[in-house]
Amino acid sequence: MNRRLLGLVGVAGAAALVMTACAPAGDSDGPVTITYTNFISNDGNEDNLQTIIDAFEEENPDITVEVTTLPYGDYGTALQTDLAAGTVSDVFDIEYANYKAYQSSGVLAPLEVANPDAYRASLLEAYSTDGTSYALPSSFSTVVLFFNKDLFDAAGLDYPSSDWTWADEEAAGLALTDQAAGVWGDHQPVSFYEFYKVLAQNGGQFLNEDGTAVAFNSPEGIEAAQWLVGKSGTTMPTIEQGQGTPDFDTNLFKDGKLAMLHTGIWMFGAFADVPFGWDIAVEPGNTTQASAVFSNAVGVSATSEHIEAATKWAEFLTSSTTMVDVRLDSGWELPPVSDEAALATYLEKDNPANRQAVFDSLDNVALPPVVAVGQTEMQDIVTEELIEAQAGRKTVEEALASAEERINAVIGG
Amino acid sequence: MSLSNAQTSLLDRSRPAARPRTAGSRKRRYALTVLAFLLPSAVPLALFTLGPMVAALWISLHEWNLLSAMRFVGLGNYIDLLGDPQTGAVFLHTLYYIAGYLPLVYVGGLALALALNTALKGRSFLRGIYFLPVVTSWIVVALVWRWLLNPSNGIVNAVLAAVGIQGPGWWTDPAWAMPSIILASAWKDLGFVMVILLAGLQAISPDLYDAAKVDGAGWWRRLFSVTLPLLSPSTFFVFVISLINGFQVFDQVYAMTGGGPNGASEVVVQRIYDLTFRYGAAGEASALSWLLFVVVLAITLIQVRGQRRWVNYG
Repeated sequence: MNRRLLGLVGVAGAAALVMTACAPAGDSDGPVTITYTNFISNDGNEDNLQTIIDAFEEENPDITVEVTTLPYGDYGTALQTDLAAGTVSDVFDIEYANYKAYQSSGVLAPLEVANPDAYRASLLEAYSTDGTSYALPSSFSTVVLFFNKDLFDAAGLDYPSSDWTWADEEAAGLALTDQAAGVWGDHQPVSFYEFYKVLAQNGGQFLNEDGTAVAFNSPEGIEAAQWLVGKSGTTMPTIEQGQGTPDFDTNLFKDGKLAMLHTGIWMFGAFADVPFGWDIAVEPGNTTQASAVFSNAVGVSATSEHIEAATKWAEFLTSSTTMVDVRLDSGWELPPVSDEAALATYLEKDNPANRQAVFDSLDNVALPPVVAVGQTEMQDIVTEELIEAQAGRKTVEEALASAEERINAVIGG
Repeated sequence: MSLSNAQTSLLDRSRPAARPRTAGSRKRRYALTVLAFLLPSAVPLALFTLGPMVAALWISLHEWNLLSAMRFVGLGNYIDLLGDPQTGAVFLHTLYYIAGYLPLVYVGGLALALALNTALKGRSFLRGIYFLPVVTSWIVVALVWRWLLNPSNGIVNAVLAAVGIQGPGWWTDPAWAMPSIILASAWKDLGFVMVILLAGLQAISPDLYDAAKVDGAGWWRRLFSVTLPLLSPSTFFVFVISLINGFQVFDQVYAMTGGGPNGASEVVVQRIYDLTFRYGAAGEASALSWLLFVVVLAITLIQVRGQRRWVNYG
């Protein structure tokens, strides 16, 4: 009995082996199914992504796209695990900050882009290495200064404009803060992503020329960090008052208790129905203007069995007219296309009225510093040390010196 | 019960054999039978515990970011870890957690068990209530405690303010982040300790208490001379389990503070997680896992040795 059972197991195992060996190993002529894992459609844009998929499948009846959507917070871990286990999707989302690490480790297939002219050149270049594209930009968005017009009107102040500097922002922030009423003048997260930008706004450098060490522990860097953490408790709530917890700033703005807010244009939809007037302006700089641009992209797995079909989908997702229409209609970040005329409808829309500021902010872009080894650790250290200074446990000088020492040990080694 | 029956019959080698066999073949047959009974637990153990442990040992000798090919570095990861002040810090934070958590959860659990071992009205209901947090997801519990301990608008600080005490910054303050986690953890595990100790208490014969009473022993005297000595096997079990769990503490830290502020509550397993999934250093993380394993093994062995001195199996 036992022996018979063992024999059965053996036969089944052998059959499984034979069947696997017979499975087609490469692109076949028949219909193919490709998989796509994303975070960009999570939390509200799932239907918009499905519209693009439907259009693609109609145009390419042989290709079926199977989509998996993950929340942004879990995405990085899930992707790394899939890459390590060899179970990664044919096409997957990446962020600009991680592009270099993924490209250099060889998980991204080099792409033959059928129509490179369709893309905004700077964005396509951002995902190229030695002249070859390894990912395609899927969207971009910028960070601007949002403001509550009603609060400015009530205080009799001029609205923020593109010629504002830090000094103007601080003066308005102080005038608009009324702690007794729970109204605050300004909010800007204390984090790596804000720091590299305000550093650029102050004419400072984050990394040295060859990217082997940090260069932010400079007079410009100290002044920039001071500007960021000094808001806490004067024009911006403190950590104890809740600053830094998820959605704290946007909820405060929606409640009409925040006059100015530094955040991304992806918030347009969320602020559409607030009962007060609001608009946007390019972020004020100090010695120069600099705005943060966030961009997502899709890569094709180097181990994909359907690289051709996968590339086709990646290109459709990032440059088709369907995608442009869907994104502009729904306000789902900006399409990465070069066609300015296509973007005209975006400018015509209202609320906020000054949509031109979105494009003006692209004139002076500060890209995040990128290193091949230790990117996440570097970002974590900057945020940690700035919060130490914000909480008053270190001076700004001590925090930057400590950050410099810790980061150099990580990225130089 | 049925398992112990099966074991007895297996061990019962005095049965007359169906036909004469040599001693060797009987021994082999016996070993095979034992093996067959062990298989259901041995296979998962080998696949999901021993396999990963060996794999982690292999990975710990390499530099690996989960993406590129592995590069052999010998004991390099271990040397790096021992020279990294961060390693000492995360072990210290873990010990701090255990030092705060263990007494709190044991004394609290014992008090609950003693209270609910009396003829209290509605005690079954109360036992259920106190056990509820044990079966609740850590993520839910952590979110609730984050809210309770919110420095600006949490209930705890509001109550403290009402009696004139300025509440601390809890999880936003490096000095209070670990106490916040300890508090939440002790609260959640209280029910588990209570159930184990309750079972131990119910196994103590009432005759002993009657005898002690006749001898004039008061409540405290009975607690220290009758209850605690006879409860020592349960206490030992609670200590071993809690220490091992304590060294592996992760969920509540991840969900409540993420190891912050500024690494003040970063524990060993949080560091292993960060190294692997955030910083792309799976080799160093595996080496740290092995260091942790050796430490836990050593402490458990010491405990098992030490139990002879104080555990009373009556």
